[in-house]
Amino acid sequence: MTAVDTATAPAARTSAGSRLASRVFLIRELGILLALLLLIAGTALANSRFLSAQSIKDLLLGSTILAILAVGQAIVVITRNVDLSIGSVLGLSAFATGSLFLASPGLAIPVVLVVGLALGAVCGAVNGALIAAARAPALVVTLGTLYVFRGIGYSWATGRQINAADMPVGFLRLGTETVLGIPVLTLFAGVVVVLAGYYLRSYRSGRELYAIGSDPAAARLSGIPVGKRVFAAFVASGTLAGLAGVLYAARFGTLDANAGLGAELNVVAAVVVGGVAIFGGSGSVYGAAVGAVLLTTIGSALPVLGVDPFWQRAAVGALILAAIGLDRALALRIGRRLRGRSSHG
Amino acid sequence: MTPPLLAMTGVSKSFGAVAALRDVQLELLGGEVHGLVGENGAGKSTLVKILAGVYPPDAGTLSLDGEPLTLADPAAALAAGIAVIYQEPTLFPDLSVAENIFIGRQPLRSLRRIDAAAMRSSAARLFDRLGVHMDLDRPARGLSIADQQLVEIAKALSFDARVLVMDEPTAALSGVEVERLAGVVRSMRDAGAAVLFISHRFDEIFALCQRITVLRDGRWISSDPVGALTVDLLVRRMVGREVSSMYPKEASTVREARLEVRGLRRQGVFSDVSFTIRSGEIVALAGLVGAGRSEVVRAIFGIDGYDAGEVLVDGKRLPRGSAAAAISVGLALVPEDRRQQGLVMELSVERNATLPRRWSLSRLGLLLWGAERRSARDWANRLQVKAARLSDPVWMLSGGNQQKVVLAKWLSTEPQVLIVDEPTRGIDVGTKAEVHRLLSRLATDGVAVLMISSELPEVLGMADRILVMHEGRLVADIARSRADEESVMLAATGQSGGAR
Repeated sequence: MTAVDTATAPAARTSAGSRLASRVFLIRELGILLALLLLIAGTALANSRFLSAQSIKDLLLGSTILAILAVGQAIVVITRNVDLSIGSVLGLSAFATGSLFLASPGLAIPVVLVVGLALGAVCGAVNGALIAAARAPALVVTLGTLYVFRGIGYSWATGRQINAADMPVGFLRLGTETVLGIPVLTLFAGVVVVLAGYYLRSYRSGRELYAIGSDPAAARLSGIPVGKRVFAAFVASGTLAGLAGVLYAARFGTLDANAGLGAELNVVAAVVVGGVAIFGGSGSVYGAAVGAVLLTTIGSALPVLGVDPFWQRAAVGALILAAIGLDRALALRIGRRLRGRSSHG
Repeated sequence: MTPPLLAMTGVSKSFGAVAALRDVQLELLGGEVHGLVGENGAGKSTLVKILAGVYPPDAGTLSLDGEPLTLADPAAALAAGIAVIYQEPTLFPDLSVAENIFIGRQPLRSLRRIDAAAMRSSAARLFDRLGVHMDLDRPARGLSIADQQLVEIAKALSFDARVLVMDEPTAALSGVEVERLAGVVRSMRDAGAAVLFISHRFDEIFALCQRITVLRDGRWISSDPVGALTVDLLVRRMVGREVSSMYPKEASTVREARLEVRGLRRQGVFSDVSFTIRSGEIVALAGLVGAGRSEVVRAIFGIDGYDAGEVLVDGKRLPRGSAAAAISVGLALVPEDRRQQGLVMELSVERNATLPRRWSLSRLGLLLWGAERRSARDWANRLQVKAARLSDPVWMLSGGNQQKVVLAKWLSTEPQVLIVDEPTRGIDVGTKAEVHRLLSRLATDGVAVLMISSELPEVLGMADRILVMHEGRLVADIARSRADEESVMLAATGQSGGAR
């Protein structure tokens, strides 16, 4: 049979599809970045103090916790799941941090950090086990654990509040100190974003998360350990929520069982605005992190612009709708373009 | 005597009360292509899924090189060297073509990171072996079925599988692509692999296979060397009865023009497409996959828009891009990709079959369940849909039976102009003849039928007239009396100006 033997290698082809795909990446991620820069520029024009070192620092600090949560959420959403329990996990971890310092004030900060991460990982493992083993939908499972984890927090705290005075100064300084003008907390977030982004892009298991979200049935047929990967995604999300809890304690100092209440919806909003497809399979943690910064910036820019605080939530909502609208428009256009072209010679 | 590379003995598998396979045996030898034929619902796909490690058998054993083999999951089957190409492609729409091939097995560089360059060049080598150009970086989303199938084949090649199972790999391919696939199969066979080849096309089965196994109603019927078989014998064994004729085309009187297409053009897809279809006529739209046939009928039916030209039904101009308007004047389109475009997989058989008529089957906006059920049962009987219950969701049916439900759905609207896109793709011989008889009867009843088909025997056997497309243009209009395989193929490959 000649079709096989006579095939000659075509010269390395610069493919229109790759250019298209990378352009889509650019449109998605850079689009949000552009929106962010426009917002900052516009607000700075209206009020030059918006670009002061202090206000930029505040902005970065304000986005940090949301961005870390958004990275964890993005990892889960990419697999066509969702984790609604992260706000409660953050609350548990933050309160645990305070309680640890209350019990033994001399504890080393890394130890507390590890305990917070471990607590988050355990919560994530509970979610993951329920979803992967029982094959229950993530939306329902994590809605349940949202209340369960919060309830555990309430019964543990029994209305107590932990104050900044109960925590060592070294720990609280973590929340305010800067390196070269960048808050230490933000450096944490930066490391998390870069590591997670690199992992998802360059590791087999990372790519498999995308495959699972893209078509779960095909993933099973391809021999991808779907349950294991989804479990790991929830553990990652829980761990990052645990980290966010420790950082929350360092930043705010005052803790009760309500820390992180309602954070999950903000996080999902940041992820969607950041271009992660809610049905999984595409998007990046970079986008999710920029989405988090964008939402935070809107929160602080609108008052500067004199926008009624009542309209701020509507603005966030409009942004989510715009992000989804853009996604749809792009998908349609690319779909048409890809279909219209015969992809082999 | 060396043991067969892969053997199945006494394998049974039931789903609830339905026995899909009963005491089935199969022996695959290295260096041999083994054909597997049977009607829809005979258990072929179940057998494939057992080999793929998707289903564990209820009873019976598998062995590889004479050693017992247990396949706990698809990963175990791949590890054992068994690669499967499924009937419906199973790609990841968001991942690139190259990643689709190597997912989970990407080449690695230091620190176990993915070596993207090595992955691309390996993928490029695979497509070179297949003799096709494929854009490696584009996402799989939007690839035509034929292209998706090519990616699946490249993926199977990349496994260097010892056992290759192909479940109707050619159903969506046209002549050139089938030849290419046959080449791949032969080269794998010559390299010592065992190939299990499932197809409804006898010419391919006889050209490729050394032995052929027949399944019927989940039971093993026979396994014979190809020399001892004829098409007639095979068909009798598959069906268990005589099939009168594959192409029962009756002569019908051609009357007034029903569907007129004038100068239809869509930038970069097709251009200058004009033809007329009259009442009582079956017109085939032939051409290679990618010639733009499906795109033209989608534009006619109003699913896609077009840039210039017009579509007239009974002399009245159809608004552009409105499927609702097309349906209301009596057009019906049975699409090619039944999973994505033809059926709502989660809904029941009866609900699917009556979907386009939900208004006429309802009073005061409420669906009449009784009327729905009666109508669905009537059509299910006429097309011999095999389902445990008509209230079962459609995804539980076998591929061919799903196709019958799609047909029932549109035929029941009693269309004036019926457009069918690959009406018998993935359908067994028995049903195929049924579908052909149905189309023929519709034509004698005065329906204008436009049939897209990549199967030449079907085109030649059923059509009164054959329109041939090549690269987005209508290049030939051949009357039944003058049509033969050669004239159609020449026009489809752009070799001649055709007989316009």
